Amino acid sequence: MAELSIREALGQAMAEEMRRDPDVFLMGEEVAEYDGAYKVSKGLLAEFGAKRVWDSPISEAGFTGLGVGAAMVGLRPIIEMMTWNFGIQGFDQIINHAAKMLYMSAGQFNVPAVFRGPNGAAHMLAAQHSQSVEHMLATVPGLKVISISNAADGKGLLKSAIRDDNPVIFLESEMMYAQKCEVPDGEYLIPIGKARIEREGTDVTIVAWNKTLPLAAEAAKALAEEGISAEVIDLRTIQPMDEEAIFKSVAKTNRLVVAEEGWPFATVGTHITARVQEEMFDELDAPVVRVANDFVSMPYAEHLEHAVVITAEKIIAAVKKVTYSA
Amino acid sequence: MAKGVSKDQKIDFYKQMLLFRKFEEKVGQAYTKQKFSGFCHLHIGQEALAVGVQQNLRDDDYMISGYRSHTQAIGKGIAPESVMAELFGKVDGCARGKGGSMHMFSKEKNFLGGHGIVGGQVPIAAGVGFAIRYRGGDQVCICYLGDAAANQGQFFEALNMAATWNLPVLFIIENNRYGMGTDITRTTSVEKLSERALGFAMEHSTEDALDVLNVYDHVGKIVEKMRKDKKPHLYEALTYRFRGHSVSDPGSYRTKEEVESYRAKDSILKLGEQLVAEKIASEEDLKAWGKEIKERVKQAEAFADNAKIADVSEAWQHNYVDTHS
Repeated sequence: MAELSIREALGQAMAEEMRRDPDVFLMGEEVAEYDGAYKVSKGLLAEFGAKRVWDSPISEAGFTGLGVGAAMVGLRPIIEMMTWNFGIQGFDQIINHAAKMLYMSAGQFNVPAVFRGPNGAAHMLAAQHSQSVEHMLATVPGLKVISISNAADGKGLLKSAIRDDNPVIFLESEMMYAQKCEVPDGEYLIPIGKARIEREGTDVTIVAWNKTLPLAAEAAKALAEEGISAEVIDLRTIQPMDEEAIFKSVAKTNRLVVAEEGWPFATVGTHITARVQEEMFDELDAPVVRVANDFVSMPYAEHLEHAVVITAEKIIAAVKKVTYSA
Repeated sequence: MAKGVSKDQKIDFYKQMLLFRKFEEKVGQAYTKQKFSGFCHLHIGQEALAVGVQQNLRDDDYMISGYRSHTQAIGKGIAPESVMAELFGKVDGCARGKGGSMHMFSKEKNFLGGHGIVGGQVPIAAGVGFAIRYRGGDQVCICYLGDAAANQGQFFEALNMAATWNLPVLFIIENNRYGMGTDITRTTSVEKLSERALGFAMEHSTEDALDVLNVYDHVGKIVEKMRKDKKPHLYEALTYRFRGHSVSDPGSYRTKEEVESYRAKDSILKLGEQLVAEKIASEEDLKAWGKEIKERVKQAEAFADNAKIADVSEAWQHNYVDTHS
């Protein structure tokens, strides 16, 4: 086991897959000579050369589409979005083309491409640089959506994403690239579509992913000191969703809080809430509570930003609400 | 003419164009008879381009297009039966009835779709050109788009990448002068759409595309060069559609006189006259071929009529593949 940061683990995943398969290439803004805007692709140009590591023009729609076309004829592109806020420019290619190609062609043309980059708010980047896209993309049939919270999952899931024959959206976070954890050595693959129990508990289930996972863990730790035992689930894959893991946990705790970034309207959290009430109505001891950012664009000033984003305190308040311990 | 065209080739061009014309006429009739529904965009009037381009391609070349692509798909090798069955929503269609008029596909024939988002296919074509270069092949990718698609941002982004990285894509703007019902001059800053390539230092041309021999010669030179130097080219093909934008278009945005003036330049009529004048064929031959092709199209329609519909379970298939590398 080696201790790696998320950026190192993701870089390692790409390097290993590029060594394994000559059809894998990386394209995005600043991924080659600059070693990546967030240094995720550090060293890849040096090892694999300009044929396989491409600095793109600032043309998200264009190079996302280029990835779709290259994948249709058998290459395996990794397309890096410097941020998913820019990636929205490529949504036409992702939603109208990548997601539908297999279906429209009745199985003839699949799109084995990974579209990856940081998602969600960072710190004081304001309205156009702080958005979360998972719910926008997870609603589209044909796409898989992964959102990672630690280096080990990042490596294992990115390798699986690169090998997957479907278009995969892979969501990271600017704020987490430096966070370290133990990553298993050697070939390490995590199956897409499997959640992970971050912390076991008995009184309430908190479902989180990406940047809300450490917030949920922090909340669980604080709640434990007050005698509330929270089980924290790292969803890891948004689409397809591991409903079984959620249902199993809720069957044990009978209470659910969903903690997510982004706006609270029609989200991954609302979907989870709907599914749990459909399948487990009788097992719930309290209404499901969702915690998200507030329904406003992201302000710049630090105190304003802090006021509208999800925090551990807000998760704690939600848990107290569903456990009637407020 | 730089590139020699044999008598047999001329006959072949004529028959191909006539097949495309008769096929689309049959499609229009079938639509009117409500054999199928949805959108339906006919290529009638623009056959010379499809044939002149196709005759320069190899089986391993790629083609991608917009939503007016029934006959281009046939040109690339998909059987007329398969295209008609697709239009009728049948399981024997080239996309098993899941794509329809705007989404013809054949992996076997390297036909990468019919696409319904105007201009969306252009960066995808750049990706195909990228893959050709990545693998060191000498194929080319033909990317058809309409005149109005040349105002989409993705078109500019794709051209820039193709020109910067020498991706072997022949971008062909089928300039039929109208984006749906809007005269292109009302929405576009340049007279010659090919001049858009100047912004990317890309080779470009504007050429008549109503004369199949002219198209064949022009595209032949471009493709031959592209196989060697990989440089992309933007070809603005001046053409005209005789029918409406779609079958439900009343055509109020253009005059009868204008349509008639183009019909007088009909590539099929012109080549027919030439064949007779050059004594390559007689009037009787033309009639016989017309009859033969009508039968061919009837056969395609009969096939589509009798084809089966997909089991309803197919509605939920092809969402994802279960495979990985």
